[in-house]
Amino acid sequence: MSPGTVMRVARAVFKESVRDRVLYNLVGFAILLIGASYLIGQLTAGQDVKIIKDLGLAAMSVFGLFIAIFIGIGLVSKEVEKRSVYSLLAKPVRRSELVVGKYVGLVLTVLVNLAVMAVVVYAVLGYMDWKEIPEVKRAWEAPATDPRLLIAMFLIFFELMLVIAIALFFSTFSSPMLSAAFTFGLFVAGQFSADLKNFEMAVESKAAATIARGLYYILPNFAVFDVKSAVVHGQPLAAAVIANSVIYGSLYISALVLLAVVIFSRRDFK
Amino acid sequence: MSRGFLNGGVVTTGLAVACLGAAIGVHVDRERRYPARRQVTESLLYIPSGEALKRMALSYDALLADVYWIRAVQHFGGTRLAKRAIKSYDLLYPLLDITTTLDPQFNIAYRFGAIFLSEVYPNGPGKPDLAVKLLQKGFAANPRRWEYLHDIGFVYYWWVRDFQAASTWFARASQVPGAPEWLAGTAARTLAVGGDRQSARAMWQQIYETSEIAYMKDNARFYLGQLQAMDDLESLNAALARVEALEGHPPTSWSALAARGWLRRVPPVDPSGWPYQVNRETGRAELSPKSEFYPLPADMPAGTPSAPPGASTQAGS
Repeated sequence: MSPGTVMRVARAVFKESVRDRVLYNLVGFAILLIGASYLIGQLTAGQDVKIIKDLGLAAMSVFGLFIAIFIGIGLVSKEVEKRSVYSLLAKPVRRSELVVGKYVGLVLTVLVNLAVMAVVVYAVLGYMDWKEIPEVKRAWEAPATDPRLLIAMFLIFFELMLVIAIALFFSTFSSPMLSAAFTFGLFVAGQFSADLKNFEMAVESKAAATIARGLYYILPNFAVFDVKSAVVHGQPLAAAVIANSVIYGSLYISALVLLAVVIFSRRDFK
Repeated sequence: MSRGFLNGGVVTTGLAVACLGAAIGVHVDRERRYPARRQVTESLLYIPSGEALKRMALSYDALLADVYWIRAVQHFGGTRLAKRAIKSYDLLYPLLDITTTLDPQFNIAYRFGAIFLSEVYPNGPGKPDLAVKLLQKGFAANPRRWEYLHDIGFVYYWWVRDFQAASTWFARASQVPGAPEWLAGTAARTLAVGGDRQSARAMWQQIYETSEIAYMKDNARFYLGQLQAMDDLESLNAALARVEALEGHPPTSWSALAARGWLRRVPPVDPSGWPYQVNRETGRAELSPKSEFYPLPADMPAGTPSAPPGASTQAGS
């Protein structure tokens, strides 16, 4: 696999998403956050910084999720449906390079999105910090422009990379509609993994409990990437736990991308 | 693109804008002619279980907690300020319970929530038991937060008037690692001289000086103002009673006190700057209904017996 070819495909995907006006969502995000920072101050009793942090991180995750799912599901299947895959495969590009390049391209798009959103979040929080008096600031659980927010943003990025990998995986053998349903389904199921683990407490059937326990380990566990609340409340985060989440995410993503490569390589387009 | 097409586009757009403008005009006219009656709709909790909501929120439970917190603040504030004969705060505890289930570290929701719940009707639901329940939930989720135990003690002290229980909770709070040293003293003082105004003032002063949360500071300032007004009224009434004893009839204004040089300021004013009034029928000093501190609660702590009448800044007899 040639890294140069992968990057060329990735650049093409990034350019296409820019052409598709994906980055327009950033305007919506900025308006949402700036508008909310004004309105929330009027609505709640001195919790505006906490709420802006919650809102900023949640919006980054949701906006990123939509991009990851709705572009991710079309990465390969759109090429097949539009039959443009023939002209692509006629070029000196390996199927594996095409799949990995598509993945890297969308990851790049999401990364640029998250980076701009992070700047907007910090700008709004910086403004709130600037206008507030020191007495009020002392009551905050964490500083407004807490650098630890970057940890939460970094793990959101990892979460989205995993979502893109899932979407890409389904995109190699399924229609966009089904891929979207499967990806979103796995994302939701991945949030309930703790319930699957403790399923034996809810059911008497040992077989059902074993299946649930098996699903707990097989399904992607998205809860490991969620440190939003801990960061907002200024709670300590162990570096080892973050490292564990990153390693888990990297391995799971690698597995999905490799499976996507295998499936796509074996597909017969005749 | 032909000129005819462009002209057609401009005409169509103009027509659309005109139609929209006319529709807005008709709507405004309708509202003016047939004003809609304001509908009082009961707020609803569509999903009463915080646990169920937590699952439905996926990983966005903290954001949903913020939404429920805003709903709780709006419900409390809206009901409190409403000009209705009967005020219902029924949703306040469920909203706070859901908020804190969704985000168990939501410090302010426990502390402000307890204040909201404790406030006597009609300014609040008058439910100190629920305030204690909420704070206990907070301490169970955050066992290092001595503030919750202190607040439970304060609910017993101020709203329930159970000084024994208050002292016990202050003592428990003082045992939490990191709790300030003054808490042990507060526990002992509460047990010894629980109900007097002096110790109540000391307690609110402590909260005022140590609280870093603006709302709690304001709350403490309010109650310190009420305590000051009660002291003022006590000394003013003592002075009015002396005038009545000397003149044989109740005074109807401050002039009798002013003539004797017993007032440092005429008329005497409460801590918010509103003049105290003399009730013409009873001859007793009262707080102005326009005062920030009106009405004074009926069961406020009694003044310290040893405090001499006229010791306040208002009446200097």
